[in-house]
Amino acid sequence: MSDQQLFAAALLDPDAPCPAGLTTWNGSDPARRFAIYRNNVIVSLIDALADTFPVTLELVGETFFRAMAGLFVRATPPDSVLLSGYGAGFPAFIERFEPARSVPYLADVARLEWLRVWAFHAADADPISPTRIARALADPEQLPMLCATCHPSLGILRSDYAVVSLWAAHQGHGDLTQVDPFVPESALIVRVGLDVQVLALPPGGDTLVASLVDGLPLGQAAALALVAREDFDLTAHLALLLRAGALTALTLPVETSP
Amino acid sequence: MTMPSSRNPCARGVPARRTHSDGLPDRAGLGLKPQHFAEILATEPDLGFFEIHAENYLVAGGPFHHYLRRIRDHYPLSIHGVGLSIGAEGLLDTSHLDRLAALLDRYQPQSFSEHLAWSTHGGAFFNDLLPLPYNRVTLDRVCDHIDQVQERLRRRMLLENPATYIEFAASTLDEATFITEIVHRTGCGLLLDVNNAYVSGVNHRRDPQAFIAALPLSEVGEIHLAGFAEDRDAAGAPLLIDTHGATIAAAVWELYAFALERLGPTPTLIERDHDIPPLSVLLAEAQCAERWIGSAQRDRLEVSV
Repeated sequence: MSDQQLFAAALLDPDAPCPAGLTTWNGSDPARRFAIYRNNVIVSLIDALADTFPVTLELVGETFFRAMAGLFVRATPPDSVLLSGYGAGFPAFIERFEPARSVPYLADVARLEWLRVWAFHAADADPISPTRIARALADPEQLPMLCATCHPSLGILRSDYAVVSLWAAHQGHGDLTQVDPFVPESALIVRVGLDVQVLALPPGGDTLVASLVDGLPLGQAAALALVAREDFDLTAHLALLLRAGALTALTLPVETSP
Repeated sequence: MTMPSSRNPCARGVPARRTHSDGLPDRAGLGLKPQHFAEILATEPDLGFFEIHAENYLVAGGPFHHYLRRIRDHYPLSIHGVGLSIGAEGLLDTSHLDRLAALLDRYQPQSFSEHLAWSTHGGAFFNDLLPLPYNRVTLDRVCDHIDQVQERLRRRMLLENPATYIEFAASTLDEATFITEIVHRTGCGLLLDVNNAYVSGVNHRRDPQAFIAALPLSEVGEIHLAGFAEDRDAAGAPLLIDTHGATIAAAVWELYAFALERLGPTPTLIERDHDIPPLSVLLAEAQCAERWIGSAQRDRLEVSV
């Protein structure tokens, strides 16, 4: 193994011996000094996860979170120097993490927080303007054929738990003790301007948005949502998406010549 | 140890060649922190420049670019990389170099700098600036990497001296000699981190003044000042940790004054990356640095009279 390979392996493995070939001016044990690097690596990466997943941290407490994050960091160090992308695999890690089983919604709250960070740094785009909305919706016959372009920051999360209510209660919105975590909720995450919004989608909304993201026209997307939920309300959903700035264009598919 | 006075005409004079005439202004600057974005735009504090960590801004859009674009309109900018891993055994990540090139193209900074350190190995990123032995083999490799960086970015980079906690049996050159050789071979400039010089001096019982005096000071384009934390090694000797999480220590200000006497006025960054205080606290530290820069300017005028 090369010198840096040994050094790197010892950084991530707390039981590995201090790499050979390290010296100190006073002959003191280099392991104590090497521990500074080990600590810098692990602590800075745990800090990065704590920044990305603050509500996840609050739900289990600082000590539990840091221990769990430390195991994740050692098993999955960043594969990119761009730390804004670090933590994509953390929710799945939490889901498999046995000691966290007592908080079954923890992984989904982490997924929601991950989508927020992703939305925060996503590409900029202007939501569709009111004039264009009016023009697109002017002809009711064309409505089912319209295709939507979603904002680059848009994400949806379907959960068996009340992720949006749980997350919102940790932002000071609502009373956490009044939240029943076992009520399924779907979240829409989208950035408008500089602010990332987290909205609860009414029944069927997750199917509608996922279908629009897949490129299906409004009519087909709404039909699928109706299959998923018979109380699905297209008008209410369109209003919500437009109000949230989640759509950047509503266009008819380009006509193909026969 | 006596501090040589710059008023003494026998003291080493002002370097003949300044390297940052078209670069950052000879003033104090601050690291740009998201918690200060709005206040900076609202108050436009009188400051020489801002510095960003390149990797934080390699994102598609959102608030970071929104604010940086506006702040860049009002201030000179230094882009400081923390992820190129110039000291790595492996090849440089060319896709990362491409991303840096695009960022520099977008914001046209007055300065670009990176570290004499490594931070990646085998595809993993360690988010720390790790040390390397100083010998002929590592010298060739670092020089090759800097050549590659400067060619790709089509500009001169500044290389920052590291803060280290251990040394290597495989080292055959001292740090100042190693850095001087890099500068001569690659034509890169220096980012003199005075805190790192002090921290490494204490940690390896070296004289930080002698270290600074042995560097090719005419190639210094920027200075970094920061705070450290105090620890002890296994024998109980002082071990300083470069945390960027505290105010600048008196000993570091003294070493800064020593460096400025030799350098003349030099762009100086107050680095603070942890436990970030209100902007006003950092501006006060920047003003302190500006007083030292002003004093170096007056000394320079007196020497030249």
